[in-house]
Amino acid sequence: MNGRYEMRFTGSGGQGVILCSIILAEAAFLAGKQVAQSQAYGPEARGGLCRAELVIDDRRIAYPKVTKADFLMALTQASLEKYGETAREDAWVLVDSSLDETNLGGRRVIKLPVLETAAKEVGRAMTANIVAVGAINELLEIVPDAVIEKAVRMRIPKGTEELNMKALEAGKRLGAAARER
Amino acid sequence: MTERTRALMQGNEAVVEGAIAAGMRFFAGYPITPSTEIAEGCALRLPQVGGKFIQMEDELASMAAVIGASAAGVKSMTATSGPGFSLKQENIGYAALAEIPCVIVDVQRAGPSTGLPTSPSQGDYMQARWGTHGDHPVIALSPSSVQEAYTETIRAFDLSEKYRMPVILLMDEIVGHMREGIELAGRGEVKPFERQTCADTAEAAKPYKMRNGELAPRMTPFGEGAFYNVTGLIHGEDGFPTNDHGIAAAQCMRLMRKIEENEAEIERYETAAMDDADVCIVTFGGTARSVQAAVETARAEGIRAGMFRPVTVWPFPEKAMRSICERVKKIVVVELNYGQMKLEVERAAAGVCEVLHIGRVDGATFTPQDILNKLREVAK
Repeated sequence: MNGRYEMRFTGSGGQGVILCSIILAEAAFLAGKQVAQSQAYGPEARGGLCRAELVIDDRRIAYPKVTKADFLMALTQASLEKYGETAREDAWVLVDSSLDETNLGGRRVIKLPVLETAAKEVGRAMTANIVAVGAINELLEIVPDAVIEKAVRMRIPKGTEELNMKALEAGKRLGAAARER
Repeated sequence: MTERTRALMQGNEAVVEGAIAAGMRFFAGYPITPSTEIAEGCALRLPQVGGKFIQMEDELASMAAVIGASAAGVKSMTATSGPGFSLKQENIGYAALAEIPCVIVDVQRAGPSTGLPTSPSQGDYMQARWGTHGDHPVIALSPSSVQEAYTETIRAFDLSEKYRMPVILLMDEIVGHMREGIELAGRGEVKPFERQTCADTAEAAKPYKMRNGELAPRMTPFGEGAFYNVTGLIHGEDGFPTNDHGIAAAQCMRLMRKIEENEAEIERYETAAMDDADVCIVTFGGTARSVQAAVETARAEGIRAGMFRPVTVWPFPEKAMRSICERVKKIVVVELNYGQMKLEVERAAAGVCEVLHIGRVDGATFTPQDILNKLREVAK
């Protein structure tokens, strides 16, 4: 990952897409990168379209928002339809397996069962964002394993370490399997 | 002194850390998006440093509590957004006349009224200056990065104590909710300005008496023995009300002059790529980030553009602006409102160069492309 890299995380409010972006920001920051993380959401606490953004760069970041995402994550159909075509033509697009096919042109679409893995394998649907963190870091090789683990631990509630580490590992496996495909 | 630390932090969180480093030990507020993280952060952090946090019943009461705590000698702060900033105006005027140091953070969101609660805006620029009635001095500082949110909060406290007046930290949602890496000062590294007091009780009973060469009258904590009054009425040296025209004139003019005569010290601005610029973009706060990116691209295209960014947005850096107006062909003011700082720029330009404007009132931010398009058009 060299130069400016723009990432957009989208889904529904309550899915944890903002925290997902914060953990990856923390990890890149710990690894010595410049980062700018931000989010846009409506007034509701749950539901509604939710979008978080992360810019990673080696040099000082002037504009902190995403213009053309190099990477897009979509956890809901609505967010995929709204943001799918705003990503770069050659962007990586991580889509949850439960979503319907959408024509994304030449974008590199990766379908992963993020929500299902969290609910069934990890046993808690709300860990989907940590599963995503693991998968994304494995796919894009943003930071070493120890750094992503530290970043997760820094940003989760005390007492949930075991559960979230399980989610992170499950996510890594998803990412590794996708990379081999 | 402990070592400096680096952390990934939101602008709002950096305000809390800056305030604590500056010696803030009292916060009263009423939570409102997009400033809520400041109240949350104070609720968490103040008890850890022996301070007090209180959530009041509304914005009026929280501003009043801040004034009371500061009069009792504790550095105090409140935080809000546009709708709450409106409600605090009456008591901000009280703090200006009663000369009570305090810091008011306004994390601007799109208005008017309750507007777009989670969207950015810079529509409170004029309200920061003229929101409360009567002639009064104002200092307002507007950071454009998380690091600057930290350092400018510290400066806001220092200026407020030094000049004995409310100081406004004019944030916006862009900076308030953005996370960036910052460097925090080590413990003992920040040397905050401490309020001047009087040891002698008879002297302490005159909290509005000017002493030779000092910037503001000495203020001994209320309730510590000296008998004096605090009021929003025009008052004499002991704080008790008077209708005397001479005293009224002297007091009002002294309030204005303490800022006018020290503008050079209060002033802070950033210039970028201005040496040979034909076009100067004037901007402030979070919008400056879009401008910086646009100026870099414009330069790469051969457009001689530069940026002038007031950090101290009130008083407006008129002299520095004027000298730029005399050097460039055109000025473009870029701000998230319908045209507020533009009025100050036009006043400084006084017709010597053309002043153009791009504003936004839709709750979205400027992309660098928006600004670049304007620069290409202007450069033709």
